[in-house]
Amino acid sequence: MLMLTCPYCGIAADETELHGGGEAHITRAGVEASDAEFEEYLFTRANPKGVHFEKWHHSRGCGRWFHAARCTVTMEVFGTYSAQTLQPPDEILAEIERRRPAASGK
Amino acid sequence: MSTRLQSGGRLIDRGSPIEFSFNGANLKGLAGDTLASALLANDRRLVGRSFKYHRRRGIVGSGPEDPNSLVTLGEGSRHTPNRQATMVRISQGMAARSQNHWPSLEFDVGAAADKLSALIPAGFYYKTFIDPKPAWKHVYEPLIRRAAGLGPAPKDRDPDLYEHFHVHVDLLIVGGGIAGLLAARMAGQAGLRVLLLEQAQAFGGRTAVDVEIVDGAPSEDWITGIVDDLQRMPNVHLQCETCATGVYDHGYVLANERLPATAVEGGRLRNRLWRIRARRVVLATGAIERPMCFANNDVPGVMLASAVRDYIVNYGVSPGDRTVVVTNNDDAYRTVRTLLRAGLDVPLVVDVRPDAPGSPASELRALGVRVANARAVAMVRGSGCVSGVDVCAHAGEGTSLENVKCEVVAMSGGWSPAVHLWSHCSGKLAWDDETGMFRPNNEKPPLTGGGEPFMVAVGSANGVLEADKVVEDAVRGAAKAIEFLGAAAVPGDEPEIKVSAESPPMPVWLMPNGMNRRARSKAWIDFQNDVKVSDIELAIREGFESVEHVKRYTTLGMATDQGKTSNINGMAVIAHNLNRSIAQTGTTTFRPPFTPIPLGAIAGQARGSLFKPTRRTAIDAWHDENGAYWEPVADWRRPYCYRRNGESIEDAVHREALAVRRSVGVVDASTLGKILVAGPDAGKFLDMMYTNMMSTLKPGRCRYGLMCNDNGFLMDDGVVARLDENTFLCHTTTGGADHVHGWMEEWLQTEWWDWEVYVVNVTEQFAQIGISGPQSRNLLRKLGGLDVGADALPFMGWRRGNLAGHEVRVFRISFSGELSFEIAVRSSEGLELWNSIQEAGEEFDLQAYGTEALHVLRAEVGFIMIGDESDGTVTPQDLGLSWAISRKKKDFLGKRAQERSFLAAPDRWRLVGLQRLGGKSPLPHGAYCVANETVDFGHRRMIGRVTSTYYSPILDEPIALGLLENGPERLGTVVEFVHAGGKTSAKVVEPVFYKPAVSARD
Repeated sequence: MLMLTCPYCGIAADETELHGGGEAHITRAGVEASDAEFEEYLFTRANPKGVHFEKWHHSRGCGRWFHAARCTVTMEVFGTYSAQTLQPPDEILAEIERRRPAASGK
Repeated sequence: MSTRLQSGGRLIDRGSPIEFSFNGANLKGLAGDTLASALLANDRRLVGRSFKYHRRRGIVGSGPEDPNSLVTLGEGSRHTPNRQATMVRISQGMAARSQNHWPSLEFDVGAAADKLSALIPAGFYYKTFIDPKPAWKHVYEPLIRRAAGLGPAPKDRDPDLYEHFHVHVDLLIVGGGIAGLLAARMAGQAGLRVLLLEQAQAFGGRTAVDVEIVDGAPSEDWITGIVDDLQRMPNVHLQCETCATGVYDHGYVLANERLPATAVEGGRLRNRLWRIRARRVVLATGAIERPMCFANNDVPGVMLASAVRDYIVNYGVSPGDRTVVVTNNDDAYRTVRTLLRAGLDVPLVVDVRPDAPGSPASELRALGVRVANARAVAMVRGSGCVSGVDVCAHAGEGTSLENVKCEVVAMSGGWSPAVHLWSHCSGKLAWDDETGMFRPNNEKPPLTGGGEPFMVAVGSANGVLEADKVVEDAVRGAAKAIEFLGAAAVPGDEPEIKVSAESPPMPVWLMPNGMNRRARSKAWIDFQNDVKVSDIELAIREGFESVEHVKRYTTLGMATDQGKTSNINGMAVIAHNLNRSIAQTGTTTFRPPFTPIPLGAIAGQARGSLFKPTRRTAIDAWHDENGAYWEPVADWRRPYCYRRNGESIEDAVHREALAVRRSVGVVDASTLGKILVAGPDAGKFLDMMYTNMMSTLKPGRCRYGLMCNDNGFLMDDGVVARLDENTFLCHTTTGGADHVHGWMEEWLQTEWWDWEVYVVNVTEQFAQIGISGPQSRNLLRKLGGLDVGADALPFMGWRRGNLAGHEVRVFRISFSGELSFEIAVRSSEGLELWNSIQEAGEEFDLQAYGTEALHVLRAEVGFIMIGDESDGTVTPQDLGLSWAISRKKKDFLGKRAQERSFLAAPDRWRLVGLQRLGGKSPLPHGAYCVANETVDFGHRRMIGRVTSTYYSPILDEPIALGLLENGPERLGTVVEFVHAGGKTSAKVVEPVFYKPAVSARD
């Protein structure tokens, strides 16, 4: 029962208010994609044991999608941020670096 | 004989007798008794039969660790199986029954299994699967099902009430012993919001029984004092009879409160589930004593040493007149003292340690107690209950040196910290070789989202057993938790406890050390699941090396017990057999719940009509008054049909469908999803969402659209109406509305966030009424207002206007093939308009129709239904809907995926019509079509299935739609369907069965 703070409405939301959306920062591959690129987009996920960047939907709250950086083992949350970005913001990466010197970056 | 003592019993009220029954016999107990203490007071030492071998089982423990005393409580609808007698307080008239025996507890036919135990060791169940094959179904399975088990599940609906209680606190303290109470006082003084949970009926934990003097006063007085202090603190709440059962991420804790049988409005409240969000948790759950592993250690009368003194001190109950104490530690000597003080006989103390300098042995010897060092119990004697023990040298193989008569064997193999809650949320454990226990690894605790520890273990739960050290550890742990919370711990008045130094315990896993094979097959590790030393050895011989595998193969530590008494002994036997250390062997994963929670408590109030809200349309009341036979559709309730004057459901559906074909029918279509998509980029966005081109749709026009996911499969369908240049109204299926809305938001928020589009779900803002049939236009004209002529409102057009005095949008779309209109009106006016339509419809014999007639009508004209023809693996192309897929568009969701070879393959299952041969009843729903050739295991190859099947009243014959390999190429052929009732043949036809006389386009 995670607690994630929605970066839009600022509420520390209980997992029951949220809906998980899987890995974040996956850009859609369209008609021009090769078979390999399309497979990568549609099916291949990092599924790491450790730091993970995820999409979450504040579905029983403000209705916004946001991103979270979370450790899949310890459930630590390094921060939540706007879904409208192609990569994790610097302050999130810095927080991961601070708490997990070995696991920083992606 | 176990019996009530003349005096003593700190938890009972001798002035308040309580009558209860056990297996039909009326017995007397006292207020404050648990069922276990009351049974012992009545000399009921046999309380159940074991799971597999039906061995006699007695009470072993005094709390939640007891593996044996599972009973069924209550009668009829209040029947509750598998309650622990040690955790149930008796009440007036309580009816308890023992479990897993026939015909009676005393004489159980199933006990024959014990004689056959050599034939049914660990894993025998899996071996019964192997050979001969039919034996499993006809012999083993029925036999095992009859013989093995706990109490039967209740058959009736539970009449009692349960509720959930949501709590937010700064600090949750689990355990109301001395450590928990001290932590609560410190946190309370620091001004924090504190909740303390205690699973037992009274606070104080082991201190009241095991410690005589605290701060110069009797321990009982000290406990009363601190509980009084805490109860006066407004920021502290103490709660007993409430067991914390599970710890989850970020400090979420569930606890189950057992309530006395008190009536409240509407019934009797039985359990309350506490759902706690704690910023920090102090784990003060104490420790659980370990049994000793010797032959026949499961005979009733063999008990944990701590339980023996608990029954004497807490309930004034003697478990038996003569007790042999078997120990590897000093703690069990407390039991010896308690027994002597109660005037009971201790003929022998078997201390497995060769020599325990400084132990209480010398003091007791001076009192005339016989203490035999380096000795062990070779076996327990007694067929019903304990009658004596054979004593042997611990170092040897178990040759009996003497027989000592006794009624009780009090065993103590040391203590295991109750670390279950620590482990639930990935807190790690460390094996401590010195003390022989797994204790919380404080370096690897469960973490908050911020990466700080949210749990601190203190006292015995932290592996600190001696009372004075428990106090120190509680103060240390509480200060740490308080500091984490940003408050200041007030240093101060920790109580003074004087304890004599204890000599170290000696780890003993098998008794005697060289225990022979026969003894190992009668030495129980897990009493509840009937796992013996020999079973674990067998599992290891058969190649199961991981503790997790051994657990599953042998059932060690499973079921309601979760290995409270068996875990460490089991791990030690595994380690010994694999020549590894216990640290290397590790432990199995502790999972919630720590003690069982009734399913009713988990459901809480979410049952019956409160299980989930029912969505009702604006016209719901009319349906209800007019014979609606309801059907749940997503969260809505919709009329399946309307029954008139006792007509059957089938007849009602046929009447309704015929009315649409012959005259006119009206349906409440309000549940269809309505999603408004607006903005300069709305057209561009819908071109991505739908397979069709939506951006070219003219205002005032409608288009049927298909939505696919990016894997190419059909997801939803519906009619899109363009309201103006920048605004579209997208209709979705009833069940798909919320999903489609969320789906659109996801793409707009996470992929195309620079597109200027807004999406609003307006499903509930409009009532929508469908009017279909040759007379539909005449009916609308009679309502008066808007021109609904073919020129003013052509097929697939929509207009805004006034109808019967209501502002409406009328869409000329059809789901039946008939001339048809859908009218959208503000929800608040829906019922009024519906009533006006009913009134105007009388002259046309208008009939309201439900969802089933709607389905029949759409199937007759070959329209697909999402969820029937589609199931997440079907593309629009499979359904012959290629006409709805734009070839002009560069891209849309699903386009790239549909280009993949397997989705474009010619042998995919595709939509056809099916005409049943030889019978009037429809093809069975979901029946599979088989080819003549066979595949693996001699099965016939499946080549299709029925997706929709109805009786068509207008055609007076059954019709069906189905998906068939190369479907359209099989037109005119006959195929065979197999189903539970046999085989049925059908002819493959075009998926259109009926052409209306007045069509939707007229």
